[in-house]
Amino acid sequence: MTDTLVAFDDVLASYDPALGLEVHVELNTNTKMFCGCPAVFGGEPNTQVCPTCLGLPGAMPVVNAKAIESAIRIGLALNCEIAEWCRFARKNYFYPDMPKNFQTSQYDEPICFEGFMDVDVDGEVFRVEIERAHMEEDTGKSLHVGGATGRIHGADYSLVDYNRAGIPLIEIVTKPILGAGEKAPAVARAYVSQLRDLIVALGVSEARMDQGNLRADVNLSLAPKGSGKLGTRTETKNVNSFRSVERAVRYEMQRHAAILDAGGSILQETRHWHEDTGVTTSGREKSDADDYRYFPEPDLVPVAPSREWVDELRGTLPENPLLKRARLQADWGYTDLEMRDVVASGVVGLIEETVAAGASPQSARKWWLSELGRRANDAGLDITDLQVTPVEVATVQALVDNGSLNDKLARQVFDGLLAGEGTPAEIVAARGLAVVSDEGALSAAVDAAIAANPDVADKIRDGKVAAAGALIGAVMKEMRGQADAGRVRELVLEKLS
Amino acid sequence: MPDITRDEVAHLADLARIDLDDAELDHLAPQLSVILESVASISAVASDDIPPTSHALPLTNVFRDDVVVPCLTPEQALSGAPAVEQQRFAVPRILGDEQ
Repeated sequence: MTDTLVAFDDVLASYDPALGLEVHVELNTNTKMFCGCPAVFGGEPNTQVCPTCLGLPGAMPVVNAKAIESAIRIGLALNCEIAEWCRFARKNYFYPDMPKNFQTSQYDEPICFEGFMDVDVDGEVFRVEIERAHMEEDTGKSLHVGGATGRIHGADYSLVDYNRAGIPLIEIVTKPILGAGEKAPAVARAYVSQLRDLIVALGVSEARMDQGNLRADVNLSLAPKGSGKLGTRTETKNVNSFRSVERAVRYEMQRHAAILDAGGSILQETRHWHEDTGVTTSGREKSDADDYRYFPEPDLVPVAPSREWVDELRGTLPENPLLKRARLQADWGYTDLEMRDVVASGVVGLIEETVAAGASPQSARKWWLSELGRRANDAGLDITDLQVTPVEVATVQALVDNGSLNDKLARQVFDGLLAGEGTPAEIVAARGLAVVSDEGALSAAVDAAIAANPDVADKIRDGKVAAAGALIGAVMKEMRGQADAGRVRELVLEKLS
Repeated sequence: MPDITRDEVAHLADLARIDLDDAELDHLAPQLSVILESVASISAVASDDIPPTSHALPLTNVFRDDVVVPCLTPEQALSGAPAVEQQRFAVPRILGDEQ
């Protein structure tokens, strides 16, 4: 079924959007939240499990101190209050991804609450209020077997791997974000992107959206323009890239508006985001919190972080992202416009790492923004998901700087990197990409070009230096692009002076 | 404390994925009401100056270091599973939706 959509501008003419974002961050602790099983990604099925995370009778959980520390640091970085005393709670539901038949979470006593993050949206600062950040555990992974599509609907049975069950998660929930208007999709994206930067700077998670270390749920509702009310919301689950966060908000705004325009009402439900088609489809109706029958977890004693500990952790916080951005702009010598493009493209961190690896700020910006940005766009990927690392970009630029490559050849090295052909050096060797620095070969090619284009050569002899471009082009073509164009120009002018 | 209704029992059974027929619902609803009433009698002695208790011992901050300990082997982990396939727990087709 295809949803009816209203043009985006028309949505804004009639409605005010309210956004809410729930982001789950999988912590990079060595062990799980409540047991000593390794919390690493990608082991063979059911090799990282124990009686506790399998929910076997009599097994007792014990809280991972490092996970509490990470939770507090995230909360402090989000300007939150840190609870003086809080408890875990059982969230009861019956689904095989949680073998205990409940998820250990926090309910009305989150460890972090009442914070905010200032988000930069196209140079304008937008304050996103944080309602809470609480601790919980991840679920197992189900593989659905049989059925027409292999997806959950129509599956005959499911196979469950509990390696992921019990990995610490921090769920960060915003308050309703009002007043974003046409910028609602951009605000959502900028928030998730900046939150990821913060998580990376804190070093508490790998924060890879493509690997599910950072997962966003997008809540959206529309209210009649100027009414000051909140409409019925939908929650779109597991939106797994910055780009998709923006697209999902936009899509839901357009879909809600069509239903409301037709006099319908929004069903409060979970929606599934489809990355390939860019649409959402109906999931289940949202359970009431009552249905989870939360109650305090009797097997875990309350957490009461001392103020001394909280202050100590406050001292470990990284630089505020917005201040850091201003500092980087000054260090890099970017104009406001350049910096805005870089921020909007989500490549600040990538450029920072590329510069740290030795590239100049301008070359780092050039590669990430134009070349790699375009390729990510063409492939429908987030730039952070491209198979090219900052160190590789710096390596390629170093080869350009020492004359081994020119920009055109460098682009071919990126082709090779994206195709998984190895390191830049291996790709240069395998593809034979090095600039021809053999003066004899270059000189011969220049002589041949002069001989083949006597008219052009005469013009240059008469002082029309601009005509040299035609000869340089001919030489570059002859050398299949593998020459230093600057050196070719010098040779042409020397020979015809 | 009002009686628990038959509809509420049906809803709870649905959440717990227990298939109850009409006769069972008729039978269980009054029983659950009796249990709730019995538990509710505690509120008769709990006055405002007695805070609700969730834990028996006055302990806080019982933590463990973030150090890996040996896990079960997959064979041990799966030994109690009703069915196993591809080193995973095989479970019946799931009618509800993902959480």
